[in-house]
This record gives sequence, structure tokens and C-alpha cells, in this order.
Amino acid sequence: MLLSVSDLHKSYAGPDGHLPVLRGIKMLLARGETLALTGESGSGKSTLLHIIGGLDQPDSGIVAVDGVDIGAMDDAGRAGMRRDKVGVVFQQFNLIPSLTVESNIGFQARLSGRLDQNWIKELADRLGLSAQLGKHPEQLSGGQQQRVAIARTLAAKPALILADEPTGNLDEETADKVMELMMTLAIETDSALLLVTHSHRLAGRMGRRLHLRAGQIERAEE
Amino acid sequence: MTNAGLLALLSHWRHNPMQLFTLVVALSLATALWSGVQAVNTEARASYDAAAETLGEGMFAQIIASTGTIPQEDFIALRRAGWLVSPVVEGRLDGIRLIGIDALTSPGGLAPVGLSDGKLTIEMITRGILFATQETLERLGEVDVRKFPSSDVAPAVILTDVGTAQILLGLDGQISRLIVAPQQPIIQPPLEVIAPNFELIPPQSGSDMGRLTDSFHLNLTAFGLLSFIVGIFIVHGAIGLAFEQRRPAIRTLRALGFPLVHLIALIVFELVGISVLAGMIGVGLGYFMAAALLPDVAATISGLYGQSISGTLHFRPEWWVSGLLIAVGGTALAAAASLWRLACMPLLASARPHAWAMQARRSRLIQTVFAMFLLVAASLLGWLGSGLVAGFAMLAALLIGAALALPVILDGLLAAGERHAKSIMEEWFWADTRQQLPGLSLALMALLIAMATNVGVSTMVSSFRLTFTGFLDQRLASEFYVYADDAQQAASLRAYLELRVDKVLPIQSANQDIRGLPSDIYGPVAHATYRDNWLFLDAVPDAWALIEAGQAAAINEQLARRAGIVIGDEITIAGQPFKVVGIYGDYGNPIGQVIITEAKFAALFPDISPLRFGVRIDPSRVTALSLDLGADFGLTEVNMINQAGIKAFSLAVFDRTFTVTGALNILTLAVAGFAILMSLLTLANMRIPQLAPVWAQGITRARLGRLEIVRAVLLALLTTALALPLGLSLAWTLLAVVNVEAFGWRLPMFLFPLDYARLAAFAVAAAAIAALWPATKLARTRPVDLLKVFANER
Ligand SMILES: Nc1ncnc2c1ncn2[C@@H]1O[C@H](COP(=O)(O)OP(=O)(O)OP(=O)(O)O)[C@@H](O)[C@H]1O
Ligand SMILES: [Mg+2]
Repeated sequence: MLLSVSDLHKSYAGPDGHLPVLRGIKMLLARGETLALTGESGSGKSTLLHIIGGLDQPDSGIVAVDGVDIGAMDDAGRAGMRRDKVGVVFQQFNLIPSLTVESNIGFQARLSGRLDQNWIKELADRLGLSAQLGKHPEQLSGGQQQRVAIARTLAAKPALILADEPTGNLDEETADKVMELMMTLAIETDSALLLVTHSHRLAGRMGRRLHLRAGQIERAEE
Repeated sequence: MTNAGLLALLSHWRHNPMQLFTLVVALSLATALWSGVQAVNTEARASYDAAAETLGEGMFAQIIASTGTIPQEDFIALRRAGWLVSPVVEGRLDGIRLIGIDALTSPGGLAPVGLSDGKLTIEMITRGILFATQETLERLGEVDVRKFPSSDVAPAVILTDVGTAQILLGLDGQISRLIVAPQQPIIQPPLEVIAPNFELIPPQSGSDMGRLTDSFHLNLTAFGLLSFIVGIFIVHGAIGLAFEQRRPAIRTLRALGFPLVHLIALIVFELVGISVLAGMIGVGLGYFMAAALLPDVAATISGLYGQSISGTLHFRPEWWVSGLLIAVGGTALAAAASLWRLACMPLLASARPHAWAMQARRSRLIQTVFAMFLLVAASLLGWLGSGLVAGFAMLAALLIGAALALPVILDGLLAAGERHAKSIMEEWFWADTRQQLPGLSLALMALLIAMATNVGVSTMVSSFRLTFTGFLDQRLASEFYVYADDAQQAASLRAYLELRVDKVLPIQSANQDIRGLPSDIYGPVAHATYRDNWLFLDAVPDAWALIEAGQAAAINEQLARRAGIVIGDEITIAGQPFKVVGIYGDYGNPIGQVIITEAKFAALFPDISPLRFGVRIDPSRVTALSLDLGADFGLTEVNMINQAGIKAFSLAVFDRTFTVTGALNILTLAVAGFAILMSLLTLANMRIPQLAPVWAQGITRARLGRLEIVRAVLLALLTTALALPLGLSLAWTLLAVVNVEAFGWRLPMFLFPLDYARLAAFAVAAAAIAALWPATKLARTRPVDLLKVFANER
């Protein structure tokens, strides 16, 4: 199993004591699978995604990627895991402002030593970015920036793709096209895709759906 | 409404106390730097003035007796007859020069100690006190007189009253010489009538030493100005960043209907308040810093700030005022651009921080053009300009042009690095450094100017020292010099000396006009002393042989420059032609000088016989010889010069200056380091969104922190590399342009690579230390804060 999460707990310090956000999360994800994570605002979707990606740490519980417990890793180990196994697309500000679009797309691939120029060219082509390669992120629209972030994630061919409302600020039509592409490419590269979204339409197109409520997985459906 | 606006503006500082702190510290440091340099300059001036006054003695006419000392009765007779003269008793105590003066009658300005202080004068008259620097007093053995340390007295000199000097030197009732006050009664009997064997020596218009040091003061003043520019760059940076970060607040206030004019008035009010506060801290800081760093400056400070010697602080009001004016004026200068931008800012201008970087990039073109213009102007001024004003204008244009060009040059270098990057991290590092440049450039400009100033100061001071000691070696090549009072004494002195020393070198001169310029003609005997020690700036081979053959002459640089004489030209002395075969440096001499051989001199000026003699002798025998001469001929200090003594004295004076400039160097670099720290701290908040994506893709925070230090060191290194040629051109301008314009001679420039390497190491260390804190802060940023970049609407 590529990703296994068990009995995950996380709480934040709030004004009136501890505020539990995740209370015993359990989930599994295999290569080639696509999974939608839904839940109302503030339900802890981003928090869960960040912990899985090794960006944040849980209070308790185990997250294993490729069978390795990331809780047992140090800072450098988690950074290495992010670099080599995971690709994250956030809702916004994914890109490195000082680098060109082309360098941004190649960044993670080159960090992890999996640079494939032809693949990058193909990605840029299929995501409609070929004309933007020499520009800097600030010269792009929000939708273009998100497509660059997706291209960057796919370019490194990570085993696990984590996407946090990647199309949140795109119009429906573009969002559909981009998501379609992301799914296709994830399947082509035999990656697992975990997508956080508010959109039931998008969630419906994923292989599996999970709903987060009151800190627990409420419903798993086929 | 005003209150509400002011509260809104001031609340920024409450939420960013660190920023208020940096602004106040930057301003205080700039003011302190300015006050410090003023103190240093005055310190230098004070030690040189003390030197000129106690050594030069050329300011006033003097009366000496051909018999040696002057009996006290004759002094009284002169006073009775209406001559305003003041007695001086001098001699050596434990080998240290002791000078006794009469505080009541000595002309003002002669006394190196602050004798205007009434209490001291009375004490001096009634009880007797020895004034000298602490070191001099320590060298002095047991004496039964009160000692009073004072750094106003020249090194290796003890100053006291006439009575005490007479007792200590065993010169009861005897006076060495009389100083004639510049203002004398209109009716007074001629000197010959009262005392036929007395001789009146007219004042010499400024001693050589005094002229040499005038040049030094001019140069130090220029550096005072440069230090101030460093400070203003820093204040400019601090204010610019404060404005930038308050943009959202200002935008909100304006959107709520607050009039722009009103807003600007409030900001001006706020800035004046801050600058007055910082100015007061700065003046105090300048004092304490200088006093703590260099004990030597403390004495000068007492003059500057009116501190009484006992150690309590009494600042002079004018120093407070000038310090505050500098702070407020500097703030105004530094804030002008920010206020202007604010006045022109469209209401809805983006409040996002990187709009600032974008704007900086846009204004870079204007900056480049302006920098080019200034640099071209500087080289045109250096090439075509003449006059002191042109020299200083060139200095200013060069410095500001270079500072403005710095970001452009650095950007070019970083872009080249980016193009040649092999790995993606390298590429990111260069690109990211480039992105930080607009935010760091003011601090880097400050570092550039600070470094260049330091290189310039070291080069100038060290060149000056080398030249000066070299000059002394040349001019005072003999170990000992004796001056006879008349031809008869000269003849017997010469005979006396011939028997006891290695070689007697008579020194004789005549005054002549060379090409219409008054000049001294010297006729030294042919001797290895000259061939070995006389350095020519320009000469034909074997110049001394040609001079000794009697057909050729050497002239000083002043004469060559003023009369446009070059090697090979012919000059006429007393109707006879001489070919110029050598031109030598003659630092500080106001008039022309020519050297011909002794035989020619005797033929051209048969009436002149030498009164002065250079004496070659084993240095260890000098003291014994001077005692013998005193006993056998009644010669006093005025008639004898101990070369070693003069050299030691001048070196002591220089070492004082070195301590001070060394401290100044460290201080300017520290301030530049602080500017870097401040910029990095301010940038740190803007950096989170730039670094978060890199971190998310698998680079640890620790590595990002380390790169932050590498970046600061790299920028400091590049800036230092650019500062070196700038500092050298600065020194060159001062030595070869400003000095020639002001004094007619060129101070040769020497290079001191070790000094520069040490300075560069300091600069890099300052940058690394400045980056340490921001980098540590960055490495400890909580992941939660980094993740906020991706989650929140910013
Ligand atoms: N750094 C933090 N400190 C304190 N509380 C936090 C922090 N980050 C998140 N929370 C709280 O944790 C809960 C879950 O937040 P999270 O961002 O995971 O929700 P989400 O499901 O992604 O919401 P949305 O759909 O709006 O993005 C929220 O109640 C939030 O207020
Ligand atoms: Mg979220």
C-alpha cells in the first residue's frame, strides 16, 4: 500500500484550550488510485493533507508512505520524502517567484533527479503553457499559475499527488479541463491522487470519495 | 481627526517595535558616526596643533641672546620699556623636553593647555604643575612637583611655569628666549638700545609641519563627509522600509477620507519627533563610543563637549544643536524620496510588498542612467577640472555614482551566475538573491561607501605616514643638527665638531628668484648622506654626479609645478645657467628650492657662510654631544635638533591618529553591518512566501537558513571587491588631485594589501554576523507559518 494512515490525531491550541481537529483518522491509498476528500470548511481537510505530505506533524497516529513511517523521520528525512515521493498542489502561491515558469516546472524533478525534458515539454503542451515558459509567475493569471503548479507536480512523477483545492479559483470550465488532465496524467504515471475539494461534481469523477466531519472519516463510498 | 490619524500611524510602531527600534538605532548611529568623526578630526587637529605650537614656535617673533641665555633683569628691563615679551625657559629633564612659559604674559594661542581656565593659571603661577601626556609623565622620574596629565600637550613634552622650569633645570634667574607678542605698543625704544646683544627673529609664516598637517586635516574633513553619507544611506533605507510597510495603513486612512496633505503633515511631525530623539541618543552615543574606544579622544571630547577634566559630563549646547540638526536634516534628506512617492501614490496602489520590488526594478533604469552620468562627470572632472571645488565635486560624483551603480552591477553579476548555474538549487539561489537585491541594495551601498572610505582612510593615512617619515629621513638624514648664532660662532663650532664627529655637513642657503618665483638655493657638500637618502620623484641617471660636477641642479616639486620646469630644462641662478637633472618631494615647503654643489654655491654667493651644520655621529653619542655643546658654547634647545627625537615625536603623533582612524574603521563597518541586519530582518517577513514553495518541495529549513548566510557573505564579498578600486580611486583623488590643488604638491600613494585584506575580512564577518540572526529565525520558522502561505488569502 502506498499510503496508510491510522489513528491520526491532531489538535490546535485555541483561545479556550485545545481544539481537536482530527480525531482518529484512518485511510488507505494505493498506486493508480484517485480519491476525493470532501468536508465543510474548517473540517480539517488541509490539516490532514499537510500531515500526509510531511509538511506538518500529528499529535499521534501513524502515517506511512511506501511502508515507511514518516513520524519517525527527522526534518531532513521528511524533506527528502517530500522531494522524492510526494507532489503537492496548494490552493495558491505554489510557485517560486524568482524563477521562470520553465524552471518552476522543472524544479522538483531536478531536485529529485528525475528530470525528463521531453516529458516537461509534453506537459507544458498539454496544459497550454508552452507560450509562458520564459515568464515569471507574477506575469501569469491565477489559472495559469495553478496549471504551472500542476505541471510541476506531474513533472517529477511522484508516487503520491496531494492536491488541495487546486482549481478553487478557476472557472468551472477551466477547472474541469485541468482536473480531467490531472487525473489522466496521474493514471498515466501510475501515481496515487488525493484531491481535496468542495465540488461534488469533481469529487464524483474520482475513483473513491471520503467525507470528513467532526474530525473523523464519516462515509466512504465507491 | 488628527488624533485618530496619528494614533493609526503610531500604532504601526506598537505592532512593530523592532522596526521603530531599528529606525531609531540607525539614525542614532548615523549621528553618532558624524559626531565621532568630528571628534576624531578635532583630536587629530588638537595633537597636530599641540605639536606645531610646542615644536614649531614659528608663529611669533622671538628674542634670543647671542650669549646663550637671557638674564631675568633684561627681561624686566624690556617689559619696563614697553616691550610685550613673554619668557620661555627650556631644557631637558630625564631626556624629556621641558618648557616653562609664563601663562599671564604668553600670547594667546601659544599655550597648548587650556590656560583660559582662570583657576589653572593661578595654580600654575603659585604652586607649579607639570603638564604632559600620561605616557610622558610615566617616563619622567621622581620630581618634587605636582604632575598633571593632559593630552592637549604634544607627546614627549612637559609644560610648566617659568619658575618651576628654572628650578628643575637649574637655570636660576635665566631665561632661554623671549616670545614677542604680535601686538606691540606703537612707541617703544629699539631693541638695540636696551639690550645690544639681543637678536629679534621674525615669525616664520607657518611651520613646515603645520603646512603638512593642514593637508591632512583637509583630507580628514573629506572623510567626515563620507561617513555622514554612509549614515544617510542607512537612514534612507530604514525610513523607506517603514514607509513601505505602512502602505496598507496609509491606504486605509486615505480610503476613509483622510486628506493627503494632512497625512503628510502628520508623518513629518512624527519623523521630526523620532529624529530629535535619535539625534539626542546619537550625540550621547558618539561621545560615549569615542570616549570608550579611545582614551586619547576623551581629551578632545572635553574640548568639543565642554566636559571639565574632572570627568563630569557637560555637553556644550552648540554640540547638541549641531548633532540634532544633522539628525533632523539627515532624516529630511532620507525621507524626501519616500514622502514624494507617498504624495504621488495612487489611492489604490497595491499594498502587497512585492509591488515595491517591482517598482524598484522599474526605477533601476533611471538609477543606471543617473549613475553613468555621475561617473562620467567624475572622470571628466578628474581629467579636465581644476581647483579645489572640482576636486571635491569629483569625489562626491565618484562616490554617489558608484553607490548608485552598485545594484546594477551586482544584478548583472548575479544574472551571469544564474545563466551558468548547473543545478536547480544553484539557479534558484542566484535568482532568489537577485530578487532580494532591491531590498538589500541600500544596506549594500552603505557597506560599499563604508568599505571604500576605510580603504581610502588607510591608504591616505599610511601613505602620509610613509611619506612623512621618509621625508624626515631625507631632510634630517644627519643624526644631529647644530645652529650657530653668528659667523664667528659657526667657525669655532665647525672646528670643534670636526674633531669629535664622523662628518660635519654645513648647510647654507641664499634666497633668489627662479623664473620669478622666490626660492632658496642650497649648496650642500658632496657626501654619501645625500646620495643615499635623497629620493627623487623624477631624475636623470646619476643625477648627483652631474650636480657635483657643477653644471646641474635639482629642484623641489613645488618649483617644478609652479614654473612648469621639467627634467632637462635650464634655470638661471645668479646669472649662471644650470640644467635641472632631478626633482624631489619637498612636503610642506611653501616656496621653491634648488640644490647645487657646494663649490658652485661658494662661487656664486661668496658672502654667505654656513650657520647650520648637520652632524653625522653614532646616535648613542648624540645626548652627550648636546650636553657638551651646551656646556662649551652655551647652546640651548633652540640651537640643536636631535633627529631621532623629532622622528620619535612625529611617529608618536601619527600613532595617535592611527588609533583613532582604526577605531573609526571598525565603527563604520559595524554600522554598515547593522544596516545589513536591519534590511535582512525587514525582508525576513516578505521572504516567507518566497521560501515556502521551496520548502514544500523538499528543502529543509536549516538548509534555507544556511543559504541565507551564504547569500549575505556573497553579497558582502562582491561589494567589497567593488569597494577596493573605489576606495583606491578615492585615496588617489585626495592625494593627487585635492592635495595638489590645495597645497601645490602631490602626496605619493602607497598600497597596503594586508590592510585591505583585513578590512575585507571585517566586512565579510560583519555581513555574516548580521545574517546569523535572520537566518536562525528563518530556520526556526514553524511549518504552520509556512503553510499559511498556501492556505490564506494574503
Ligand atoms: N495554525 C492553526 N492554528 C490554530 N488553528 C488552526 C490552524 N490551522 C487550522 N486551524 C484550525 O483547524 C481547523 C481545520 O482547518 P483546515 O485548514 O484543515 O480546514 P479545511 O477543512 O481545510 O477548511 P477549508 O475548506 O476552509 O480550507 C479549523 O477550525 C482551523 O481554524
Ligand atoms: Mg483547506
